[in-house]
Amino acid sequence: MQLLEYKNVTKKYGDKTVLHDINLKIPAGKIVGLLGKNGTGKSTLIKLANDLITPTSGSVLFEGQTISVKSKHDIAYLPERTYLDKTMTIDQALNYFTEFYDNFDRDKAERLLADLDLALDMHIAQMSKGMQEKLQLILVMSRHAKLYILDEPLGGVDPATRDYILDTILNNFDTGASVLISTHLIADIERILDEVIFINHGEIILQNNADHLRTKYHSSIDEIFRNKFKTTSHTRTPIRPAHHHNH
Amino acid sequence: MEFNFTNDRPIYIQLVEQLELYIISGQFSPGEKLPSVRDFAFLAKVNPNTMQKALQELEDKKLIITQRTNGKFVTDDEKYLHKCQTNFATKKVKKFFTEMQELGFSRTEIIEYLQKLK
Repeated sequence: MQLLEYKNVTKKYGDKTVLHDINLKIPAGKIVGLLGKNGTGKSTLIKLANDLITPTSGSVLFEGQTISVKSKHDIAYLPERTYLDKTMTIDQALNYFTEFYDNFDRDKAERLLADLDLALDMHIAQMSKGMQEKLQLILVMSRHAKLYILDEPLGGVDPATRDYILDTILNNFDTGASVLISTHLIADIERILDEVIFINHGEIILQNNADHLRTKYHSSIDEIFRNKFKTTSHTRTPIRPAHHHNH
Repeated sequence: MEFNFTNDRPIYIQLVEQLELYIISGQFSPGEKLPSVRDFAFLAKVNPNTMQKALQELEDKKLIITQRTNGKFVTDDEKYLHKCQTNFATKKVKKFFTEMQELGFSRTEIIEYLQKLK
């Protein structure tokens, strides 16, 4: 059984098709990169797995079951945009997570926060953007989950913060769990990936083992990605109107 | 202990190469216990599956052994380690000779050149 599976998933907003007939399997115990340019459907794909939106057709399964409240318990999700109320203190954010998720490891979160010299009575609004990103990642990675889904965790952070984020992901996901990371910053993250998925214009272009691709193409995932989309970017329209489909 | 990777070659192969060198050069002592896969992966900043794959390959090469309950160790067969070191050196020297010959040096000229160098 797959950890997460998309079966013939299509998502439309009005007559715009954002995801087109997605078939995807995320096995357990892997770090998987969901790679695509901005606005190609990465976040939509992720929101489906977190029950924030529902597919127009097809199904999304977690451990063989349709996505539900139960799957939310086992999926730790870092949204692209901040979800924390910035008037809260760090301590209040910890309370919120403790109350909301019984698999939240508060001791672990406090240890990670102590490493950053963050005082628990600090208000989130007082923290720098980089620190806020770190706090949110710590909260998510301190949950004992089966799947961690991180939507653009490296967006707009400086190189030192980027290293911290990669280290924190590597060092804190539960053994046997999977991590799905969406990003357009491929070069920064490709080293830690087992598998990569290329998504473009709402379609899955490729899913393969990262080292296998490096062997096959004698180049980095970043280069392979750039080469692939140099040729296809002129032949497709960014968003396909629904009436152009033949099925 | 530092690890350096480029993104254009399989990470596990680069990891095998660097670990192999650390072992045969003696930076890991014969018989030394290795960190757990997870800790080791974090140390090298790679994915645990990548580290697992690299360690498996080193085990196939008989450079490390797994004791079922105690974890992984560098082999304590010093004769074998020495043999690997020699093989490695031979490969490097052969490669050097080939490159020098491509540059137009004869065997004798290479040796004379090396003696003059010091």
